[in-house]
Amino acid sequence: MREVAVIGCGMTKFGELWKKSLRDIFVEAALKAIDDAGVDHIESMYVGSMTPGLFVGQEHIGALMADYLGVAPIPAVRVESACCSGGMALRLGFFEIASGYSDLVLVGGVEKMTDGADVTYALASAADQDYEVYHGITFPGLYAMIAKAHMHHYGTTRKQLAAVSVKNHYNGSFNPNAQFPKEVTIDQVINATLVADPLTVLDSSPVSDGAACAILVSMDLAKKLNKPVIKILGSGAATDALALHTREDITTLKAVKDSAESAYKMAGIKPSDVSFAEVHDCFSIAEICIIEELGFVKKGQGGPFTEKGNTSLEGKIPVNPSGGLKSKGHPVGATGIAQVVEVVEQLKGNAGKRQVKNAKIGLAQNMGGSGASSVTHIFQI
Amino acid sequence: MIGIVGYGSYLPRYRIKVEDIAHQWGRDSETIKRGLLLKEKTVPGLDEDTITISVEAAKNALKRAGIDPGEIGALYIGSESHPYAVKPSGTVVAEALGVVPNVHIADYEFACKAGTEAMFVAYGLVKADLVKYAMGVGADTSQGAPGDALEFSASAGGSAFIFGKEDVVADVLDTFSYTTDTPDFWRREGAFYPLHGGRFTGIPAYFKHVLGAGKAILERSGYKPSDFAYAIFHMPNGKFPLTAGKKLGFTKEQMEPGWIVPLMGNTYSGSSPTGFSATLDIAKPKDLILLVSFGSGAGSDAFIFKMTDRINEVRDKAEKLKSMLENNRIYLDYGQYAKYRGKIIMNE
Amino acid sequence: MPSPGYRREMPQRYRLEAAKCKKCGKVSFPPRLVCSGCGSREFDKTKLSDNGKIVTYTTIRVAPAQFTTQVPYSIAIVEVDNGVRITTQVVDCKPEDLEIGKKVKLVFRKLYSEGHTGIICYGYKAILI
Repeated sequence: MREVAVIGCGMTKFGELWKKSLRDIFVEAALKAIDDAGVDHIESMYVGSMTPGLFVGQEHIGALMADYLGVAPIPAVRVESACCSGGMALRLGFFEIASGYSDLVLVGGVEKMTDGADVTYALASAADQDYEVYHGITFPGLYAMIAKAHMHHYGTTRKQLAAVSVKNHYNGSFNPNAQFPKEVTIDQVINATLVADPLTVLDSSPVSDGAACAILVSMDLAKKLNKPVIKILGSGAATDALALHTREDITTLKAVKDSAESAYKMAGIKPSDVSFAEVHDCFSIAEICIIEELGFVKKGQGGPFTEKGNTSLEGKIPVNPSGGLKSKGHPVGATGIAQVVEVVEQLKGNAGKRQVKNAKIGLAQNMGGSGASSVTHIFQI
Repeated sequence: MIGIVGYGSYLPRYRIKVEDIAHQWGRDSETIKRGLLLKEKTVPGLDEDTITISVEAAKNALKRAGIDPGEIGALYIGSESHPYAVKPSGTVVAEALGVVPNVHIADYEFACKAGTEAMFVAYGLVKADLVKYAMGVGADTSQGAPGDALEFSASAGGSAFIFGKEDVVADVLDTFSYTTDTPDFWRREGAFYPLHGGRFTGIPAYFKHVLGAGKAILERSGYKPSDFAYAIFHMPNGKFPLTAGKKLGFTKEQMEPGWIVPLMGNTYSGSSPTGFSATLDIAKPKDLILLVSFGSGAGSDAFIFKMTDRINEVRDKAEKLKSMLENNRIYLDYGQYAKYRGKIIMNE
Repeated sequence: MPSPGYRREMPQRYRLEAAKCKKCGKVSFPPRLVCSGCGSREFDKTKLSDNGKIVTYTTIRVAPAQFTTQVPYSIAIVEVDNGVRITTQVVDCKPEDLEIGKKVKLVFRKLYSEGHTGIICYGYKAILI
């Protein structure tokens, strides 16, 4: 396999982008990435998007985006794996270059969620429609059941869950692209409106519009372009039972663990080699489970580990310096690529007040549904 | 003999008290409680209807019968609140019980006597040797217009009876039906709530038919009221069945076990069948029981049953009516009740 | 959105029908064509038990459109007596009545209606016992 590098990135601000259409948002991010990379063409394109059909009634967006980006007739396809559609788009672009087939590929993600659709219903379509959604479950509900079980088995506290949101909102307050760049307190999180017990609205990532794109190139080409090169050291993906109830252990996100192990193996590194991580904190409990699965902390200890500040900007392993999905926003298909945008900024040392010190190796973990699919990438400057 | 091989009932857990309905409409609750002899009534949960009530009642009947549901050759649901105007309730019930596909199914409607109608036909088919077992169900989530007298009584619940020839719990000794065209209570196609003729529902309707059927079956069978251990008459309110029973020569003691209306309300098609089910819960072998239903429009079905020894074996295999009536009650206020009964205008 | 008929009327939804692997004995609910335990493709028909216990639970306060009139409603992952886990609503109780480990019984209820004029969808729910 050939080595692959990221040489350019771009994203829109995340939030309620009332005046912008699905295609406008994507093209804006894609142009930023193309300009950042300084390239004059791309050879193919992967667009991660969870369900533009349910959100705005538009399918077939690979062709649509290629047309509006002005890059037709290049091959372009939409990639879908629920909330890790973006991460999976990155993985497909990575393999296209690694295989030697292409030298220059745009990978992106986009979602327009805030205007019109029954968002709870659309998102729930990533769960088992016949055996979960049919009974009235929602995504907050699924993660709430994980939280209840985690609290029951490991003694994780309500306050520890809140610590995730507090930390991510603090980081996000320094991110100009964040949807909610403001701090929150433990009390505010705990006393916010309940969405699905015990999770409140401040345990939950928001509903957002947004897009993010990255330009991938072969290492040979990257060297010729004379730009800072971020190398993709490893890519891992895995699946698990779609329905939460089918899994052996409700508190284990096995696909996250498996995807991370594959990525670590390809990269030839250990969890302790990672300088910082962008992870899929769609709900506070998710980040606690994920840091356990990524091997940053022992199973069941994610709560106290977070509460003690180990995952803060100055901590042992900073997690979600961007503000995460919680503060930055979560336009589902765009999230996996927005994580790459942050990892690249951090590795280049361009992250300003939220910069992680000595950032050498960054990890991005993106997952779908209640953890039935996960993709992990490892980057190095 | 041919008779009942299994019986079972189901009542929702939700209740509303007469006081709460009276308060809503500025009525004096003491007058109503005294006049109608009602205290509270059952209310279906948001997720309950005639179909779900029938399924749960039928499951209890199957537990007592101990038969393979696949051997049931006919299944009839009597109700005046079938969830669909067009599409049978019975097919859903049959699927849920595992009775499909070799089965004859029909939904019945005859105001409050659709339940005994279903029982009558089920019994007839077994007697005619057309099927091995047949099930008749009377179930309702009764409607009463807001502020109308019926709102104090219209309730939810139902009972199921499986008829067969072997392992009978209660033999059918005789049946009799008495019917005339009497428009005392009705609901037109598309109308949400029923209308009624006020006092006309009494003497020319309820009493004429209940007494007509009761007298005729006693006369034909040769039994005297004193031969019976128990008697059940349709319960539109607390007063009517006691008055009718007394006129036929029955005592309060004979009627008491089946007189469940003060706590249950009038479950329309499920009313007299559920009173009968409560009576089966306590009847002894060889007891004679008289059951007389009434359906507006109008007619009455009468049955004479004789208990067999087998009742003692099956009685405890499912929850008894008294327990359903008195345990796990969840009380609603009028606002919640109005929401549960779909009485609030909503956007689609 | 109208639900496809296969989703409403499947025997497992109405009658809790499941498949038991002939090779390893694992019970699949819903029935599968390939055993998730051993990969075998041969099964016997079986039925889930009506009784079970709560593994984890939540109360939904923000619901999809077809469930909004029901909020707050409780949902649990229930492990029925033959070891199979299902997601189901727990009804006829208050949110604070639920606890991990509490015993439940499965009952037949209406899940939702497709508007005032559409199909009514039925299936299993749980009640505390």
